[in-house]
Amino acid sequence: MSDQTIVISASPHIHSARTSQKLMYDVLIALIPAFLMSIYLFGISALVLTSVAVASCLLFEYLIQKYLLKTEVTTSDGSALLTGILLAFNLPASLPIWMVVVGSLVAIGVAKLSFGGLGNNIFNPALVGRVFLLVSFPVQMTTWPVPVENITTLADATTGATTLGIIKEELMYGGTMSTISSKIPSTADLLLGISGGSIGEMSALALLLGGMYMLARRVITWHIPVAVLLSMGAVTGLFWLIDPEQYANPVIHLLAGGAILGAFYMATDLVTSPMTKKGMVVFAIGIGVITAVIRLFGAYPEGISFAILIMNAFVPLIDTYFKPRRFGNPIKSKIVQ
Amino acid sequence: MLKTFPKGGIHPAENKITSDKAIKRMAVPKVVYVPIAQHIGIPSEIVVDRKDKVVIGQVIARSGGFVSTNIHSPVAGTVTKLDMIVDSSGYKKQCIVIRTDQKDESNFREVEYTLLEDILMSPKDILQRISDFGIVGLGGATFPSHVKLTVKEDKKIDCLIINGVECEPYLTADHRLMLEKADEIIVGIRILMHALHVDKAVIGIENNKKDAIEVLRKAAQSDDRIQVAALQVKYPQGSEKQLIKAILKREVPKNGLPLDVGVIVHNVGTIYAIYQAVQHDQPLIERVVTVTGKHLEEPSNFWVKIGTPVKDLVAEVGGIPEGTRKIVNGGPMMGKAIKSTDVPITKGTSGILVISEEEASRKEPKNCIRCGECVFVCPMGLEPHLLMNLTEKGLYERAANEDVMTCIECGSCSYVCPSHRPLLDYIRFGKSIVKKLETTRN
Repeated sequence: MSDQTIVISASPHIHSARTSQKLMYDVLIALIPAFLMSIYLFGISALVLTSVAVASCLLFEYLIQKYLLKTEVTTSDGSALLTGILLAFNLPASLPIWMVVVGSLVAIGVAKLSFGGLGNNIFNPALVGRVFLLVSFPVQMTTWPVPVENITTLADATTGATTLGIIKEELMYGGTMSTISSKIPSTADLLLGISGGSIGEMSALALLLGGMYMLARRVITWHIPVAVLLSMGAVTGLFWLIDPEQYANPVIHLLAGGAILGAFYMATDLVTSPMTKKGMVVFAIGIGVITAVIRLFGAYPEGISFAILIMNAFVPLIDTYFKPRRFGNPIKSKIVQ
Repeated sequence: MLKTFPKGGIHPAENKITSDKAIKRMAVPKVVYVPIAQHIGIPSEIVVDRKDKVVIGQVIARSGGFVSTNIHSPVAGTVTKLDMIVDSSGYKKQCIVIRTDQKDESNFREVEYTLLEDILMSPKDILQRISDFGIVGLGGATFPSHVKLTVKEDKKIDCLIINGVECEPYLTADHRLMLEKADEIIVGIRILMHALHVDKAVIGIENNKKDAIEVLRKAAQSDDRIQVAALQVKYPQGSEKQLIKAILKREVPKNGLPLDVGVIVHNVGTIYAIYQAVQHDQPLIERVVTVTGKHLEEPSNFWVKIGTPVKDLVAEVGGIPEGTRKIVNGGPMMGKAIKSTDVPITKGTSGILVISEEEASRKEPKNCIRCGECVFVCPMGLEPHLLMNLTEKGLYERAANEDVMTCIECGSCSYVCPSHRPLLDYIRFGKSIVKKLETTRN
């Protein structure tokens, strides 16, 4: 053995073998049940939508990094793939394909790469893409095809409304919860996903299954999803207790719309969430409360995308104020000059 | 529920492949290289000259001050050189080179000591003996033990903690010592309790060494002042502050010492060395070293003379195998990679770890994905990602404000980072600059 083959480096000399790529792939695995559900409910449309979003996210990342930024191409790290899937999951099945491509360009080009790529973006890229589409193409983005439960058909034959949309509209025109309850899906249907909505947010059960997988694999901790859902449930529950005729019960709020998708998969995005557990809880309560307020009093029936993006902006501040407790030292949180 | 420290920590693969290998006595090396700076503090002063004949246990370098200690000849032989050689730190250090006298039978005599339980020395004499006989912390820090045992008037010690945690993966030196010298260790503990006037001692051992826990509990049965605490397996539990927190729930204050919470911590190896010094008049000239690695032929534990070159020791386990990329002095988490096997074993060497190509290579660092793992695992409640960032940008003042100096360099952050960021490398660099800034300011 010659000394040339010996390397010197500082400790530690071993590594956990966890990589960011593996984390991304674990999230992808967790999304499989919801993806299968989306195909079952919306047929080929869901498959086409997801494929287009993934392909265009990867392509835009490749093109921008290679020809515009002239930096290392990072399409293999799994993050653009994940952004594509999450973007598609937040879109209605009948959305024109070219809009999906535009949404992907905004997600990757604007929300991710212009901030410096993976790890540097302040806002969740998939949600920026979605919200961009929502404000640009409000009609197409709120046209919800009814689930076909036939995988060979295209989904845009008939259209309905989302559960939250029905509630919002009926209440606005003087309806009460007792008259509305017959027009919205039952709790069992909401769990399975037999209702209207974005392709990935349909089945609460499928999403929770994936959420459990991520918790078990320690990709996420319980703090964000639990605190989002609890605080949302608390605010909506409070108003429901005050007037059950004018406000939907918290179970509907938690199961319908994007609450579970948002709480488990979007708010937990590592890059755009706080780094301490205390910070995570504060961040998540913010999301839960803002979502509830938008749903109850805002113009939109659903608000979790906005809530997450708003709280994303507070993450640097939260990280500054909610520091871990130092060993041997009282809790210290100070503003850095 | 097993005791442990509450915040942070990791559990790497234990790989204690030598835990059932009894400690063998290594053949006496032909030449020993004894550095005069084997401990933290002032290097010792050489008191022998070229061509001097020395006997086993003779003082060859005298303590250079209070935070220093004597160094004794590990063999009988002749001083051939006083030379500068590279030690495990990577720097050249003054060394006393002694050629073993092959005809002197004292080099090859194997003495079996019988257990001496009665402690005859006075507390004062015990401390003097520990100082004279070159005892330093054998857990790796090599802090001169008599300094740790010198308690100022205003401090009150109520508990002695014995560190038998050995939380580093691969290493089994302390484990074997506890199994094979349990009675001696208990007497050693009683010696220290006598010297410190303390009537409570707790031996902390991680629960992956159930046999050692049992053996020591049995050995301590007759003395109800000594307890054995089984601890959950979690790195870095062997760190003094984490161990005190785990066993006594006391938190050593920032910039403080265990003395501030009424505790003194000593490693089991140190305790055994103290027993040998006090009861059998044996200075510290040898120690247990684990020689290990997944592809070594016969990894094992050895009694090794201080000053033995690493290459002689690895020859005992079948030599360095093909495909070796790294040789580490110590464990995989905190040990130092050495450049050559000419480096001598010193008082602080608990293991020699041989790492192969595939384990040794560091991956290319990627962007931080802000997953927060480094924050979760930091046992000191620091934010390693932030400290790295501040150091990278040269914002040392801010790094100091973020308590960079309290980092214990356990490496948990670098171990877990999914983006392979060299967190600890930067933190160490930041610490060295902050230290410099603090010294120039004062």
